[in-house]
Amino acid sequence: MTLALALEQLLNGLQLGVMLFLMAAGLTLIFGVMGLINLAHGSLYMVGAFACAAVAAATGSFWLGLVASLACAAAAGAIVELLVIRRLYDRDHLDQVLATFALILMFSEGTRWLFGSFPLYLDIPPLLQGAVALPGGAQYPVYRLAIIAAGALVAFGLYLLIGKTRLGMRIRAGESDREMIGALGVDIRTLYTVVFALGAALAGLAGAMVGALQSVQVGMGEPVLILAFVVIVIGGIGSIKGALLGALLVGVVDTMGRFLLPQMLALFVPPSQAGLIGGAAASMLIYVMMAIILAMKPRGLFPAAHA
Amino acid sequence: MLNRETIANLVLAALLLAVPLAANAFGQPFYVTLATRVAILALAAAGLNLALGLGGLVSFGHAAFFGLGGYAAGILATHAFSGDPLLFGWTGTNQMPVIWLVAMLVAGLVGLFIGLISLRTSGVYFIMITLAFAQMVYYFAISWPAYGGEDGLSILVRNQFPGVNTMKPVSFFLICYGVLITALAFFVLVRASRFGSALQAARQNEVRVATVGIAPYRIRLTAFAVSAAITGLAGALFADLNRFVSPSMLSWHMSGELIVLIILGGTGRLFGPLAGAALFVVFEYVLGGLTERWQFFLGLILLGTVLFARGGLLGLLAGKARHG
Repeated sequence: MTLALALEQLLNGLQLGVMLFLMAAGLTLIFGVMGLINLAHGSLYMVGAFACAAVAAATGSFWLGLVASLACAAAAGAIVELLVIRRLYDRDHLDQVLATFALILMFSEGTRWLFGSFPLYLDIPPLLQGAVALPGGAQYPVYRLAIIAAGALVAFGLYLLIGKTRLGMRIRAGESDREMIGALGVDIRTLYTVVFALGAALAGLAGAMVGALQSVQVGMGEPVLILAFVVIVIGGIGSIKGALLGALLVGVVDTMGRFLLPQMLALFVPPSQAGLIGGAAASMLIYVMMAIILAMKPRGLFPAAHA
Repeated sequence: MLNRETIANLVLAALLLAVPLAANAFGQPFYVTLATRVAILALAAAGLNLALGLGGLVSFGHAAFFGLGGYAAGILATHAFSGDPLLFGWTGTNQMPVIWLVAMLVAGLVGLFIGLISLRTSGVYFIMITLAFAQMVYYFAISWPAYGGEDGLSILVRNQFPGVNTMKPVSFFLICYGVLITALAFFVLVRASRFGSALQAARQNEVRVATVGIAPYRIRLTAFAVSAAITGLAGALFADLNRFVSPSMLSWHMSGELIVLIILGGTGRLFGPLAGAALFVVFEYVLGGLTERWQFFLGLILLGTVLFARGGLLGLLAGKARHG
């Protein structure tokens, strides 16, 4: 194991963490403000990826695709909120899980209807192609670094939005006492739609950016959705800060676990066995971590004050 | 006295028995297999109904128990077939009663362990931590190559039941039907027992239960483990039905489907799981015959049920029956 390889894996972990943050931020906002579990968040991620791939294929520009992914995911989010989600706010979690599970079936099958069963491919834009040298001599793709940077920018932007603007003030007020801010004359229904669309846009952005690394296909949102749930549960549901820390933790632990566990096991057992056992153990690692964290802190690392 | 729900229940139970027997008489084994699927899914959902319906524990990870039961059957049968020792020189078995016992034991013990940690949380946290544990089992099954990994595990010959030819579809159906009715009878006993009252009371008002000196945690943990064992038993039967086990039995879609069955039928009702499973399999079959895109319409129907038809099928048939 060389330093360069370890550094590369660490950056991969960061990149995964940043992606997870984009997903988890929307989920945790929606839960914090509206008290809603949205299983269909992964579908919005998929919508973003498909929109980006389709527009990029039609116009030849990745950047237009990126804009389209934001717009489409936000629009899909707003429509879903208006038609379905707003009927679920005062239902129990069971109904929310079911209704959004039904939405997943509809989104997945609907997308397959529109685009067919074959995966689409999305090229990395020319500006971000190529690789840079890391200390230690390894080459690292520029695009992955750009994703990390974009995620950091979004995190900072969210911090400004939530902490410094009037909209953010209303969102925070909605988290701590939604009846009171309704009584004070804020149009709470519109606020909910805006928050939902914002969360959807973040998921769509994540989908579009990952779309250039993997194939764009139906069902791509589901593994990410479940990881994002792990993230917000670890971080404390409703907390953006928790989502950021949880996302980085999950991203790095998952990636480094897959990299290091087989090597560590190789010290004790034959290499072929080590690869198998290490691989199996690594894929369970973050769930074990979550179980340990929840066993000690049942409300996550940064529990939201009101929940 | 017979009320509307009892009548609906009796009709459902009779229908599930009559349809496959008639299909068998007319030489239509396909419908027998379909009915067997209904019985097994209903059994799995009946297990979940104990935790979800009576205890209010929204477990989004019951696929783990379903799949573990399935793998228990698959692994025991594989070893019995090949003669390789499994544990302490035991070479597995192809006798259903033993397999069921092992499946229930494995699922119940894993349920106990998962419950031990998960039940410290509640609400959304509980939903998500059960989901995460199920994913853990799922990824383990995928990356562990000894029993087929991602490709799954075939059971070459259906396991045996003393005195019955299980390869005959209708015989296997009758076995599954018998197990289902036994499980539903067990559900009735539990619901009427002191334990069942405490479990339901803990759902309705946790603080009151604690005030009269009952620890909700232990009641729930017991219910969760028993619920896991029943779903595990269903998994073992499901593996025998398909003669195949794969990680898809453990996937979170499966967990979602089990909840769907209960909601479609009517949460917390004795025959809710059966009504839901029958409805689900019929939808799947009818819609699947009409259009390739049946999942879209299934989603639509499901969404409509959640938004507009609370109480599920039995709620429509028998009216609102319970409070809280």
